Amino acid sequence: MQKEAAIREPLILGNKTYHDVTEDVCRPIEGKAPKMWYILFSIALIIGLYGAGSILYLLGTGIGVWGLNKTIGWAWDITNFVWWVGIGHAGTLISAVLLLFRQKWRMAINRSAEAMTIFAVFMAGTFPLIHMGRLWVGYWVLPIPNHFGSLWVNFNSPLLWDVFAISTYLSVSLVFWYIGLIPDFATIRDRAKKPVAKRMYTILSFGWSGRAKHWNRFELVSLVLAGLATPLVFSVHSIVSFDFATSVIPGWHTTIFPPYFVAGAVFSGFAMVQTLLLVMRKAMNLEAYIHTKHVEYMNIVIMVTGSIVGTAYITELFISWYSGVEYEAYAFLNRATGPYWWAYWSMMTCNVISPQLMWIRKLRRSLLFTFFISIVVNIGMWFERYVIIVTSIHRDYIPAAWSMHYPSHIDIAVYIGTIGIFFVFFLLFARYFPVLALNEVKTILKGSGQSYKESPDYHKHH
Amino acid sequence: MSDKVLYAMYGDDDVLMSSAKKLVSNGVKITEVYSPFPIHGIDSIIGIKGTRLGIMAFLYGLTGLTLATIGMYFFMVLEWKMNIGGKPNFSYIENILAFIPVSFEFTVLCAAHGMAITYLLLNRTLPGMPAQNPDPRTTDDKFVLEIRLSDNHEVTEDKLDELLKDTGFVELDKKIIE
Repeated sequence: MQKEAAIREPLILGNKTYHDVTEDVCRPIEGKAPKMWYILFSIALIIGLYGAGSILYLLGTGIGVWGLNKTIGWAWDITNFVWWVGIGHAGTLISAVLLLFRQKWRMAINRSAEAMTIFAVFMAGTFPLIHMGRLWVGYWVLPIPNHFGSLWVNFNSPLLWDVFAISTYLSVSLVFWYIGLIPDFATIRDRAKKPVAKRMYTILSFGWSGRAKHWNRFELVSLVLAGLATPLVFSVHSIVSFDFATSVIPGWHTTIFPPYFVAGAVFSGFAMVQTLLLVMRKAMNLEAYIHTKHVEYMNIVIMVTGSIVGTAYITELFISWYSGVEYEAYAFLNRATGPYWWAYWSMMTCNVISPQLMWIRKLRRSLLFTFFISIVVNIGMWFERYVIIVTSIHRDYIPAAWSMHYPSHIDIAVYIGTIGIFFVFFLLFARYFPVLALNEVKTILKGSGQSYKESPDYHKHH
Repeated sequence: MSDKVLYAMYGDDDVLMSSAKKLVSNGVKITEVYSPFPIHGIDSIIGIKGTRLGIMAFLYGLTGLTLATIGMYFFMVLEWKMNIGGKPNFSYIENILAFIPVSFEFTVLCAAHGMAITYLLLNRTLPGMPAQNPDPRTTDDKFVLEIRLSDNHEVTEDKLDELLKDTGFVELDKKIIE
């Protein structure tokens, strides 16, 4: 058993036994869903269906239904794509990077953060698919023998790298998540009383046994997957940033993009984790497992990545002047003072100022304040992508082509719709899946549980 | 051939661990341990060798890298020298920078999925398989030592009972299996 310093705050509060951990996580799944769940689910479903309807309308009519024009050929579609991919970066970061660093606080949050990641990447993937307009030829992005002669996809294009990066990220995250879920599904299977539930969880748990040899393999597979997923997390958003950075548009053509995008992704991902978990811990009575200390750790990550993002913004601004390229300089001057100044300054306020408030211990340990800031950060990060994309292209080299972007109602409906679909998935997850990694939490109970840490025996056998 | 199996159930991982140590030092071969979470240190006590799945992952990754390289070489250089901005791909090595992202992603894809599939097959854990644990409580808070008499010819059943007596188990179950 691993022991830790006495001054370290326990990660599991109260007097919990192994059985209590099982009970606390399984009770919400086995019992009836609270009325609030049905209310939230209905709202999410209605919004999601509205979004799905809008997508069908878009596919039937063509992407002319979006508010794009000749100058602004990329706007909300790619903004939403990058926003969702960014949000989808926290889960794998928590479960992979923090596993490599042996951060035990990840265990209470990794399961739901990873679920969030997978659903967010689903939503992200929707945008490149539907922006093709003709979804049914979407398979053309794959290098498959075809009837066009020697026509292959272009492996020199960052857009194709994105296809590989996003699909690898989605499928590897899904596998990583599911490998961890199997033993927990087995726990629910072995407790299930109702025949349908028993049958379902038997299928889902793949006949998991809990043999020592299997656990041995399980731990190695988790470790290797974490090792593979760690560079993967960094590569995915780097490649997303290449979509812009390898172009020659002033405002996009920037070598700072990969690290800046990755930091921004982690920043927004953690904010979304906070938004979801602060509600979930309350609704599902998991306050003993996800408490102030976990929130504080996450806020520190938000503060650090937010500071990286802030530094990147200022560096970008400085270089646009220092480079001496007038087009580059204008692109940034136009961002800050042009017709989209409000978007730029919203981004600056939300992403640069708000994370700095986390230096104050009282604020970063306040759950209400954290919830508020997490929403602010998500709004700010949406504006960041909007600013980078729309303000860089709305005034190009020929002033006669200058234009503004006004979203159509379909733009808005598709975006809001993906938020609805995302919550439909997440609520279903919270209802039927173990939201805490049971098997992992149990391993830290004796090392980091409050009652164990406070018992007189804890520091005896060092 | 029928075989007799002893299942000693414990309520705590540390108790099981010290019991396993005692049994092994008395020459008992422990066939299996079932637990709700990985017990660190149990592998060396009951004589489980480290898994070689990591090597497999490396080999799968190497396969992915090779496939990606061959594929991109064929598509971009051999079959049709794609001309991008007046710069055709005449050689793979000179254009390699553009091929690194996909090589990396495909390596990870093959390594992760190859390893995950191998892991599931080795464990015999596949969708719809029946539960393999001896008692449903072993996925909650109970820990079980499985001792097969066929693995222990030198130790008699009475001797086993004697050894197990003071190890602090909560239940002792004996089963005849075919």
